[in-house]
Amino acid sequence: MTAPMNTTFDIRLTDTTLRDGSHAMSHQFTEEHVRSVVRALDDSRVEVIEVTHGDGLGGSSFNYGFSKTPELDLIKAAVDEAKQAKIAVLMLPGLGTIHDLNQAYDAGASVARIATHCTEADVSIQHFQHARKLGMETVGFLMLSHRVTPAELAKQARIMADAGCQCVYVVDSAGALILDDVSDRVAALVAELGDDAQVGFHGHQNMSFGVANSVFAVRAGAKQIDGTLMALGAGAGNSPTEVLAAAFDRLDIKTGVDIQGVMAAAEDVVKPFITRMPVMDRASIMQGYAGVYSSFLIHAERAAERYGVPAYRILEEIGKAGYVGGQEDMIVDVAVQLAGAR
Amino acid sequence: MAKKTAAIVGSGNIGSDLMFKIMRRSTNVEVKYMIGVDPNSDGLARAKRLGITTSAEGVDWLLAQDELPDFVFECTSAKAHEANAPKYKAAGIHAIDLTPAAVGPYLAPVVNLETLTDTMNVNMITCAGQATTPIVAAVSSVVPVEYAEIVASIASKSAGPGTRANVDEFTETTAKALEVVGGAKRGKAIIIINPVEPPMMMRNTIYCMIPAEAAAPGATQDAIRAAIDEAAASIRDYVPGYELRLEPQFDEAREDWGGFGRVGIWVQVAGAADYLPEYAGNLDIITAAATRTADLLSDKIDAARTNALAN
Repeated sequence: MTAPMNTTFDIRLTDTTLRDGSHAMSHQFTEEHVRSVVRALDDSRVEVIEVTHGDGLGGSSFNYGFSKTPELDLIKAAVDEAKQAKIAVLMLPGLGTIHDLNQAYDAGASVARIATHCTEADVSIQHFQHARKLGMETVGFLMLSHRVTPAELAKQARIMADAGCQCVYVVDSAGALILDDVSDRVAALVAELGDDAQVGFHGHQNMSFGVANSVFAVRAGAKQIDGTLMALGAGAGNSPTEVLAAAFDRLDIKTGVDIQGVMAAAEDVVKPFITRMPVMDRASIMQGYAGVYSSFLIHAERAAERYGVPAYRILEEIGKAGYVGGQEDMIVDVAVQLAGAR
Repeated sequence: MAKKTAAIVGSGNIGSDLMFKIMRRSTNVEVKYMIGVDPNSDGLARAKRLGITTSAEGVDWLLAQDELPDFVFECTSAKAHEANAPKYKAAGIHAIDLTPAAVGPYLAPVVNLETLTDTMNVNMITCAGQATTPIVAAVSSVVPVEYAEIVASIASKSAGPGTRANVDEFTETTAKALEVVGGAKRGKAIIIINPVEPPMMMRNTIYCMIPAEAAAPGATQDAIRAAIDEAAASIRDYVPGYELRLEPQFDEAREDWGGFGRVGIWVQVAGAADYLPEYAGNLDIITAAATRTADLLSDKIDAARTNALAN
């Protein structure tokens, strides 16, 4: 069974400024930030708004950075502020648990987005089953999708769909996919899933392809697309929601989103509080090029400063080692090895 | 004294690795029985070839034997152990539980074997629990640990179906053991499964939140470092591939850490490759800990018997 989507529109935009953007804000979002962003997105008729620590439920930690405000408080504030939009939460099995999911549900979240590395979908089965039992809409995230072939990715998508996932995303966590890479993966998932689940795409800007990749995804059959206001997100940021809305409108792909509204939200609501504008610089381009999980960026910059080695070199080594999302702890290890200390 | 006898219940990967570990490395214990439920199991066939008495008729068959083992190693599932535990107890057999059932207390042999009063059923926590609780306990022995957090990374090929179906159980059990065995006021555990080829060795990163003065250079910091080295050395006694990748990294107190500082410890666990490959340090460390536990308990049992005779 696919997601209960508004059929008036061709695709659905999900805004994850308040989740992926949490990385760029070093998880310092306040309730006021959340309320103002949710209000602006809700008024602009964005249907789904994701609010969670950047690394998902339970992400507040030494390894990923502690949240300034407990995420449940932020989720409650978002639910309270939204008039029409659904509030989504992200969780990574191995980091968050069903207990966390229950709390988010009790706080009013109605979409559960469960993320695994692109080859490890079977760790999410219990979480999809549980989310569906709660009556939540479900989305699956296959992270670092560039690491496997379209056929392999489709097999993993099948595991999620069979567990109760209603839309499986090709997630370009490293901003490493380029155009046909996206079409091929989305098409493989569409062919595998048929009417059993939709397909989505989540893009990053590390090599500047976020929006173009999203267009290719839709042309290949994707029905849900992620963006963030002002591109606020990990690495060089996400596909900007306001650009996605404008570009899809030009292509006559209906999203139902008020373009002026999301442009204003980016410019007037988000831009003023951004402490660090996402940028394609040496380190973030290296993430795209070497295929490194985008949220490693700020941690690599901190390690670079402390251990006196360039961030882009750390990220390059991380790419070679094949570390996956969640292994932020390896950054210090790599930095120390590069610095030549024991 | 003659070696004590053991039954391994569960003839899968863990049971098979444990069988080789006990045969090759145990000082006090020998494997007498290997019990499964599937007559076509490779594990049972292998055990039989090695001269071990095997049965595919489960625990009831084992308990009907004239010669009961001194120890039983549970390598099945939490559910199975919950059902079996009362039977072992009634038969007076020491149970060493490698599932997450936690019928008995959590045990890391280098940390809390001496302090447990009832050792008829002990639980080996999780692989990450074996790799990290002794380090947290070492830090706790010097300063109070407000909060301990661990990140365990394991190779995809070493993550069995049990672990995959129950990741929540894994993180929750490990987190609780960081408190109960490690002595931290609060614990958190994260597990990452990595599919890279060639498979990565098991890695564990351990972060402890410690008082500001302990995170700054000085005598307390030196004492923490010494305690960590000592704990790592005692684990190395039975897991030779247990290694600190870096010197412990101290971070001075930060406001967003509530004014506390931090020590980080980076560990790699290479397995002994008794049956499973070297990268599966996660499986090795739990079978090695179980073997060590049986050896130490044997000594305890003998000492108690000697005392009883002397009186």
